Order: sequence, then C-alpha cells, then structure tokens
Amino acid sequence: MWLFLVSEILFFSGLFVAYAIYRNRHIEVFTAGSGLLDVSLGALNTVVLLFSSLTMALAVRSAQLSQRRRLVMWLSITIACAVFFLGVKGVEYSHKVHDGLLWQGAITAEPGTEINGVPTEKLGTFFSIYFAMTGLHALHIIGGIGVLIWLLVRAIRGDFSGTNFAAVDFAGLYWHLVDLVWIYLFPLLYLI
Amino acid sequence: MSATTQHAGANRIPTVDETAQNHSNYLTASRGIRSWLLTLDHKRIGVMYLISVLGAFLIGGLLALAIRLELLTPEKTVMEADTYNHAFTLHGAVMVFLFIIPSIPAALGNFVLPVMLGAKDVAFPRMNLASYYLWVFGAVFLLAAIALNGLDTGWTFYTPYSTTTNSSVITATAGVFILGFSSIFTGINFIATLHTMRPKGMTWFQMPLFLWSLYATSIIQVLATPVLSITLLLLVAEKALGIGIFDPKLGGDPVLYQHFFWFYSHPAVYIMILPAMGIISELISVFSRKRIFGYRFIAYSSIAIALLGFLVWGHHMFTSSTKLAAVIFSALTFSVSIPSGIKVFNWLATLYKGSISLATPMCYALSFIFLFTIGGLTGLFLGALATDVHLHDTYFVVAHFHYVMMGGTLVAFLGGLFYWWPKITGKMYSELWGQLSCLSIFAAFNLAFFPMFILGTRGMPRRYYNYLPEYQTLHVVATIGAFLLGIGLMMAAAVLIHSLFKGRPAPANPWGAATLEWHTSSPPPLHNFEHVQVANDPYALNEIVFDEANGGFVRRADNGSDPPAPSPATPQLPV
Repeated sequence: MWLFLVSEILFFSGLFVAYAIYRNRHIEVFTAGSGLLDVSLGALNTVVLLFSSLTMALAVRSAQLSQRRRLVMWLSITIACAVFFLGVKGVEYSHKVHDGLLWQGAITAEPGTEINGVPTEKLGTFFSIYFAMTGLHALHIIGGIGVLIWLLVRAIRGDFSGTNFAAVDFAGLYWHLVDLVWIYLFPLLYLI
Repeated sequence: MSATTQHAGANRIPTVDETAQNHSNYLTASRGIRSWLLTLDHKRIGVMYLISVLGAFLIGGLLALAIRLELLTPEKTVMEADTYNHAFTLHGAVMVFLFIIPSIPAALGNFVLPVMLGAKDVAFPRMNLASYYLWVFGAVFLLAAIALNGLDTGWTFYTPYSTTTNSSVITATAGVFILGFSSIFTGINFIATLHTMRPKGMTWFQMPLFLWSLYATSIIQVLATPVLSITLLLLVAEKALGIGIFDPKLGGDPVLYQHFFWFYSHPAVYIMILPAMGIISELISVFSRKRIFGYRFIAYSSIAIALLGFLVWGHHMFTSSTKLAAVIFSALTFSVSIPSGIKVFNWLATLYKGSISLATPMCYALSFIFLFTIGGLTGLFLGALATDVHLHDTYFVVAHFHYVMMGGTLVAFLGGLFYWWPKITGKMYSELWGQLSCLSIFAAFNLAFFPMFILGTRGMPRRYYNYLPEYQTLHVVATIGAFLLGIGLMMAAAVLIHSLFKGRPAPANPWGAATLEWHTSSPPPLHNFEHVQVANDPYALNEIVFDEANGGFVRRADNGSDPPAPSPATPQLPV
C-alpha cells in the first residue's frame, strides 16, 4: 500500500513540476490568476478536508477497537465531508465557467480586456494548470468516496474487527494522501 | 506420493518416473477454460502472459518485416508513405509496451519468482490476475488504434504533432495508460513478495541474482510509470480540450512533454534490460558449472542501474536543452555504463576456467554478451555530445537500441525461455535444433542490424520513407537479415512447440542448477513444493551432480553414493 502511495505521489508530481515551470515563466499570469480564485471557498474546503482526515483516523481506530457503530458513524461523516467538498468545488467551477475562465483552449472571457493587469488570453495558462490539478484531485476524491461507501457497506454488515481492519487502514492511508495533496494545492493555487 | 515418503530427505528431488506418476501438477490440477481465465495461480498467469506477449511479439515482428520490405528500394516498394508511418509507429509501440516491458518480468518472472523463493505464490495473487487483465485491456486499446485511424506519431507521441494529427492518439495513449497500471501492479507485487516471502534463512544476499534484477526492475516500474501516466493524461487533455500545457499555439511547451516522457521512458529502458541481465547471471553460472563471480557487485550494480537510470533522461534531448544541462546529462549517461560494465566483466570472469557446456540457453547467453556489448559500447558514442549531435536521429541510433533491446532483452528472454521451458511444460526440447535456432538468430540479427550502424554514420536518417540510392546496398542487406531473423525465430518457436508433443519428459533438474525452482518436479505441483523449503546457497553448483538413474541432476547428499562423481571442480572464489 505504501508503494502504491509512492506511485500516486509521482503521479501528481508531474503536475507540480508543470506548475513550477509555468509559474516561473509567467509569474504575472499566475499572480493574476490566483487572485481570481475564491480564497474563502478554498479555505472552507481545506477545513472540511482536514476534518474528514480526522474522522477517517477515528474510523480506523474504531475498526481496531471493534466498535462497529462508531465505525459506521465516522465513515459516514467522512463521506459527507467528501461530498460537501465536491459540492463546494462544483460551485467554484460553475463560477469559473460563468466567467468564461476556462483552460487555454476554451477560455471565453472577453478577449482584449485585462484582468488584474494581465490580458485574458494569457490567463488560460493558469487555468489549464488549475483545472488539471484540481480536476485530478477531484477524481481522486470521487474514487475515495467509492472506496469509503464500499467500506461503509461492509462495516454495516459487521465485517471489520480488531483483527481484520486492514482495508479500513489502507483506505485511511489513501484518504490522508488525497488530503495531503490538497494541503499543497491550496496555497500554491489560491494563496501565492 | 508414496515414493517420497520412503526417502525422508526434505528436499529430495523426484525422479522422472515419479514426475510421470505425479498426476497433479499445476497444468492438470483443474480443467476447463474458466480454470485458466480466473486462476490465481502465478504459474498459470505466467503462462497466459507468455502466450499473450508472444502474440504481441508476432504482430510487432510482422510490422517490422513490412517496414524492412518497404525499405528494399529507395522509392515506394509495397506501401504508401502514410502507411509506412503507421507501420513503424505501431511496430515501436507494440514492441515496447506490449512485448519487451512485460516480457521477462510479467511472463517469466511471474512463473519463476515465487518458485525461486520456495513460496506458494506471489504476495497478492488477485492483483497479479488484475495486472494480466489490465494488460489485455491495454492491448485491446492499443490494437484498436490500428483498426480505427492508425497511429502515425512514432511510439513517443511527441507533441505538437501528436496533438494535431488525425490518427487515434487518444485510443493509443489510453491503452498505454492502462498498460502502465498493469506494470505498476506487477512491480508492487514483486517488491512485496521479495520483502515478505523469502524462505527461512534466505537473506538478501543469498537471493539468486535474477531476483535482485527483478527487484530493481520493480522499483523502476513503481516509481517511473506514474509519471508516464500523468504525461499521457495531460496529452489526452491537451488533444481533447486544448489545455495549452504542451501545445505551443496555446502557450505550452512541447519540450516539456519530451522531458516528462523520457523521465519515464528512459528508466523504462532499464525495465527492459535489467531482468535480461538477471537471466544471464543465472545462465552463465549454471552452464559454466561455477559459482557466479562477484555476486555482491552484480547485485549492487542492478540497484545502481535502477537509480542512475532516473538521472539520464536528458540525453534524449541534447540538442533541445541548454549546454550546461547537456554536459551534465552526458556525464551521468557515462556513469550508467560503469555498473553495466561491472556485470559484463563479472560474467566473463565466471566463464574463466569454468566447465562450459554449450546447451541452448548458454548459446543464447553468450550471444547476449556479444550483442549487448556492441549495443552498450555504441551507446557511448551517443552519450558523447560531440558525436551525438551528428548521430542523433540516424540509423546509428536505430542499430544501437536494437542491439540492446533485441540483441539484449529478446535474446536473454529466449535464453530464459529455453532454460525454464522444461520447468514450465515438463518437456525437453531438441538440443541440436535449439542450438541451431540460436545460431541462426545470432547470425541473422547481425546481418540485419550491423549495416544500420554504417548507414547511420553515413547519414541515413531514421524513420525516412525514401532514401538516396547510395544507401540501397546496405538496406538490402538489412532486409535480407531481417527476414532470416524471422525464419530463425520461427525455428525457435517450432523447436519449442514440437517439444510439447514429442519432447521427452523433463527431469526435475535437467541443467544441474542449484536454485530452488529446480527442487520441485517439472512441471511443479499446484502449490509448487511438497515440503516447506529452506534457503540454500543458490550458486553451490559443485553440490549438484548428475544422476544416471534419475536422468537429471540431484544434490550430492541426495545421491547416496559417495564419494560422488567429481563434478568439474573449480576452486571456490570468494563472493
């Protein structure tokens, strides 16, 4: 499982490298672009995801202690957080779609105008990276929700106990990794 | 098995008669197509992989012959220029992604690794089967690209051409993306197996060297493949949505694609060659009847190649990177030749004063050393900046990597296949015809690819459809060689297939090897061993002697007769 997580990190690493290179080349585009993102929604999502990591850790602990009812509760809360996260992300995406701030090939914000001192044609570079990184992350959240629902079904059935909690443990590791990626994405895209 | 109980020896090797009596081996344990398709047995998965990758090899090989046929004359010979582009792209993509990368690890490795460890199976049998089906899905996607619009980008999918061409880039990259997961699964599985399932007493430095090389390979598979996945994902997004990361029209950087691509694909070259080197380490030792020379150096050099392999991707882009970067990458490239050289010298030192028997696998192993050395040394010309600027993208490069990939990996794969064939199928093949197949492959290979070195130094660019008439003689020689090579490979296939029907039953240990997979019957029973195995010295070859009654080799202690027939004794060299 740890090996799988290493390969996940390398999977994201390509995008982080792309981010670093393009930020370095077009610093003004990135500053302008990140100014257009909604920091409060991003911060809200960070809190939600961090909280879900806590509940996930508690779920693992409940599984280890064979507390079925608590396990079901913590897993449900984690799933709720994940769905909420995607909801907020959806709101953010719809704002961007509304403003026409899409990836480079599809950007429709009025050409010729400037936003934060950068021509709109150029902003697409930032939003390409933004959508690629957050989109891939969102896919991982969706995958995580799938795994968590499967765990929830098994937990309700009472499959897990103090001797058989590996599946919950591994899903927990995965969930923390997805959380960790977001911890990096948030400052890189929203704050700086 | 009543015969076994009479002899109390825990590691006693069954005789031929017993093998014949032993009805329940992994091939006969259960019947029906479902018992194969849904099997979790690593041996059956290995055999399914073997059949599948050989099928892919046949497709790739026929495409190669089509390419060589077209290049027979300077102008159009049999196909249009566009068809030619499709043919060489698919030849490259099929050979690299469907054949060479899974060939040794997934086919032979899957079969041999657990048996070599004395284990029942790999650590995650379900993941193993999943890896096989991912391979099948990936292959379907990649081959669907042929059926749809074809693929004409070259196997590297370089941008910006790949984002603008009409051919089925998205289908093909989706295939490669899936194949990447198959490769990662195999890698994770092997690492976990080697960490957790070694038999009692087998320390890391008592592992057979083939396992060391598979370990190094798995590390690369797990670390490098995800980078290819994200690259291809971005490429698909670029083509489908136009995200402007690689496309210069949208402010992207096509060279960034090359960096990402080679960050995977250069280490992937070592995914291809490292397991081959592992096989050679086994073969050279067994057929010299001598302990492998410099065990630790060979083991460490596998890891060194795996790690250095991550630092040299820039040598594919000498002309498109800065001068300083090119110098650094050139120096790092030279450093990879050190561990490779260590291996070659250790193999040669193992041969020295060995009692060499030229059995078919050994013929392939010697061919490997010869061809890999040529491939490796010509790599230095390409790693040196001053010569590379001229040789870049010429036939010299084509010849170089075919000498390493085909002369190296394919020949070692065949050597391993002939070596483990009795274990896999329980049949012996015709030794003479096996040797002849090796000889014809070796000769035809050189005839096909050596002229390309000359063509390259004279300036023939790779991937060209037409060429100047001056080059025709050498092209004709190469084409004749390619067809002879095809015949040689067919001959090897015929030898093996013939043995399935007419071969005599194989003894448990036909070659006199000391590693654990030869301690069980051929083919092994469903759970590999009758008894729990304990580690032994994998290279204590003078412990293994020929036994007339058995028709194969047995351990000296099991033979019963002492003093044993003096096997070609050689002084034990310090490890």
